[in-house]
Amino acid sequence: MSKLLEYDRVEISYNGKPAVQDISVDLAEGEILGIVGESGSGKSTLIKAAMGLLGPAGMVTRGDIWYKGKDLPDLKPAEIRKLCGPDFGMIFQSAGASFCPIRTVGAQLYESVIEHEKITKAEFEDRASEILSKIGFLDPVRVLKSYPFELSGGMQQRVGIASAMLLRPSVLMADEPTSALDVHVQKQVVEEMMLMRKEYGVSIIIVTHNIGVVGAMADNVLVMQKGRAVEYGETDKILNHPETEYTKTLMAAVPRLERGGAKHG
Amino acid sequence: MNKEPTVRVQKLRRDTLKARLIVFGTLAILLLLASVFCEQLCPYDPYAQDLSIAKMAPSAEHVFGTDRYGRDMLSRVIVGAKTSIFSTLLLVAIITVIGTIVGVFAAWVGGWTDTILMRISDLFLAFPGLVFALAVAGVLGGGLHNAIIALAAISWPKFARIARSQTLAQKEMPYFRAAKLAGGSSMKIIVKHVLPNIMGPILVTSMLDIGTMMMELAGLSFLGLGAKPPAAEWGSMISDTRGLLQTAPWLTFAPGLAIFVSVMIFNLLGDTVRDYLDPKMRKGARA
Amino acid sequence: MGKYVLRRIVQLIPVLIGITFLSFAMMRIAGSDAITEMYGNKGGVDQAIIDAARADLGLDKPFLTQYFSWLGGMLTGDMGTSYISGRNVFDTFVSKLPATLLLTALSILLTIIISIPLGVLAAVRHDRFTDYLIRFCSFVGNSLPNFFVAMLLMYFLSIKLGWLPVISNGLSLKSAAMPTLTLAIAMSAKYLRQVRATVLEELNKDYVYGAQARGVRGRVTLWKSVMKSSMLTIITLLALSIGSLLGGTAIIESIFMWDGVGKLAVDAITMRDYPIIQAYVVWMAIIYVLVNLITDLLYHAMDPRIRLGVVQD
Repeated sequence: MSKLLEYDRVEISYNGKPAVQDISVDLAEGEILGIVGESGSGKSTLIKAAMGLLGPAGMVTRGDIWYKGKDLPDLKPAEIRKLCGPDFGMIFQSAGASFCPIRTVGAQLYESVIEHEKITKAEFEDRASEILSKIGFLDPVRVLKSYPFELSGGMQQRVGIASAMLLRPSVLMADEPTSALDVHVQKQVVEEMMLMRKEYGVSIIIVTHNIGVVGAMADNVLVMQKGRAVEYGETDKILNHPETEYTKTLMAAVPRLERGGAKHG
Repeated sequence: MNKEPTVRVQKLRRDTLKARLIVFGTLAILLLLASVFCEQLCPYDPYAQDLSIAKMAPSAEHVFGTDRYGRDMLSRVIVGAKTSIFSTLLLVAIITVIGTIVGVFAAWVGGWTDTILMRISDLFLAFPGLVFALAVAGVLGGGLHNAIIALAAISWPKFARIARSQTLAQKEMPYFRAAKLAGGSSMKIIVKHVLPNIMGPILVTSMLDIGTMMMELAGLSFLGLGAKPPAAEWGSMISDTRGLLQTAPWLTFAPGLAIFVSVMIFNLLGDTVRDYLDPKMRKGARA
Repeated sequence: MGKYVLRRIVQLIPVLIGITFLSFAMMRIAGSDAITEMYGNKGGVDQAIIDAARADLGLDKPFLTQYFSWLGGMLTGDMGTSYISGRNVFDTFVSKLPATLLLTALSILLTIIISIPLGVLAAVRHDRFTDYLIRFCSFVGNSLPNFFVAMLLMYFLSIKLGWLPVISNGLSLKSAAMPTLTLAIAMSAKYLRQVRATVLEELNKDYVYGAQARGVRGRVTLWKSVMKSSMLTIITLLALSIGSLLGGTAIIESIFMWDGVGKLAVDAITMRDYPIIQAYVVWMAIIYVLVNLITDLLYHAMDPRIRLGVVQD
């Protein structure tokens, strides 16, 4: 497996204060990488940096993030925007909040698709319906015509996964995708992300404080504390033989989910 | 790993909040000092008439020119500061105190008293802007005192609303229950615990209101419903000299400029104090 | 929605009663009922005549009875007669109202044209030069009393440049220009800041970040989502600032001799013509309350969360 995305000694600062320091980590094609840590450990900042979503106060002040021969922090805003969607799909903690509350989900998804390719409304609806049905929605057209608030939390999250996959990205970046959900919905969302990898071979970076979710999904795991890497390696190795007290504490905090059957061999 | 990691320099935004607070605070204090010591600051006697130098354009001797009686405009504007600024501050103090008392009382007692007091304050808020103040001033007759009463009558409810919601929030705090359990008298709890905690937002609102009140008071004087000539007050000075706008525009511009500068200083100070006390307004990272 | 409209209208009744009661009481407390006003200054009038006149107008009745008969008159268009001109107050008032409404409408229109583009621009260019410049201008506008703006415009536009007449000569666009501009400058300075703050708050919402993560251009998100969401608040704020506009017309109308109800009221105040002042206060408050009601209903009609009954107001 070749390296798809590579963080090389990355430091990220907000208003001159480093939030992430000296992180080196990489993602292969089809790999699922889990990033775990307490809140404020800088784990979400890593994926925001790749997608150019750090905001005006944040910046990659040192190091490089390589993707297909490009150093992402050096790209112009318009160039990085072209990668958001077709190359990187984002799944949010609350997919519902990632849509404007007074416009329908379909209108907003269509708007993001036509930013990246020429497609008619009908073609868009076909494609969106296909993914939505794959993820288990019986009436996808109705979902597209809904306002975000008309969907339940679990439904919103699954629509979020489908919309991140609409443009067939090579990497799915999931920022705490299960943290706002009930346990049984969490399991469903984990299974659907696994399904996406199985169906489309997409690589996934999942950022979470829930080490159980990482145990159920990830091939490799990066443990972060206060902006630095504490442990990095194969999931089984780290979860079965944690080297630091910090990792042990994180493991004690969350009950492990059962490992999903969809894990590739 | 291949080469050395790239280093990028982040441009930082300096936080000017403290500097602004000092500058605008100093300007406001200077303005207040100027109005206290206005008599000493006047280059000429503001009431001395000399028809031989009437309606002189601004010059080195008379920076703002002279009016139709030959009185030095600069001196009149400086003397006007006392009336304009102190009556505004008095007005703001009155509405702050009345509003706070009503609001704290309503929140404290609750029940019907609260409902009635809040309905009454809503009623005052239902009148658009200056309309009610105009009518009150009209009924009471002109004069600076009546203008202050008229504006106070329509302006206290805003403070009552803020004081009430702040007090209600304090009533939910753990320290408050502790103080009650410890058996402190109502008055003691209000003075020792509630007031210090609610003063921040109330003071910010009063400071932000100084500019508006100064303009509204000047507006009433301009209409002849506030201070009256020959008393030097900026609003009535503008009204008094507007007939000469064509021949001696400086007579109108000088007091206008004085209002503008004072209102601006108080507004700048109010905004800065609000930013200072409200951490949300401070520039922060979206981390 | 229908229920909501009904409830809002019912809620208005106590407010309207309060407004009228307060206006009525204020004039009575001022100790100036119609008779003292009519005979007061003449002296030597027989007390019997005064008493007869009082009884004739129902002024010997209890306060509340007087209030209700006055309120009844108010509602049927009988607002008494002017002490000064002796003319019917309602007719006078209605004849002057269109001029004020025209001036108000023009000022609101100009305010919208000035404030919304500049407010949005300042929000988008947040903390950059354009933003600072726009904020500076709004700050200056906010620190200028409207009557002084009127003087400045008169001096520069009429006296120096001769573009516009100093005072109005009837209802024409040319005479409306300066009062409109004066009112719009003062209103824009306030309103622009509110538009900027509203859009800025909306730009910080999660969905803007979401759209950015989906690769949507900032401009598209601004026009399609942010503006649509902000419009609800922007319209409400506009309606609220109509209050200060209605108050402001009084001074501006009398400066520019614009023959509307504001000038009528200021003249009435100088002459202590109470029935006219009373009519002015009551009607301005009613107009303001109605504008707020309409805005509120509009707001409800526009927001799908409320329209579809998901969110209870």
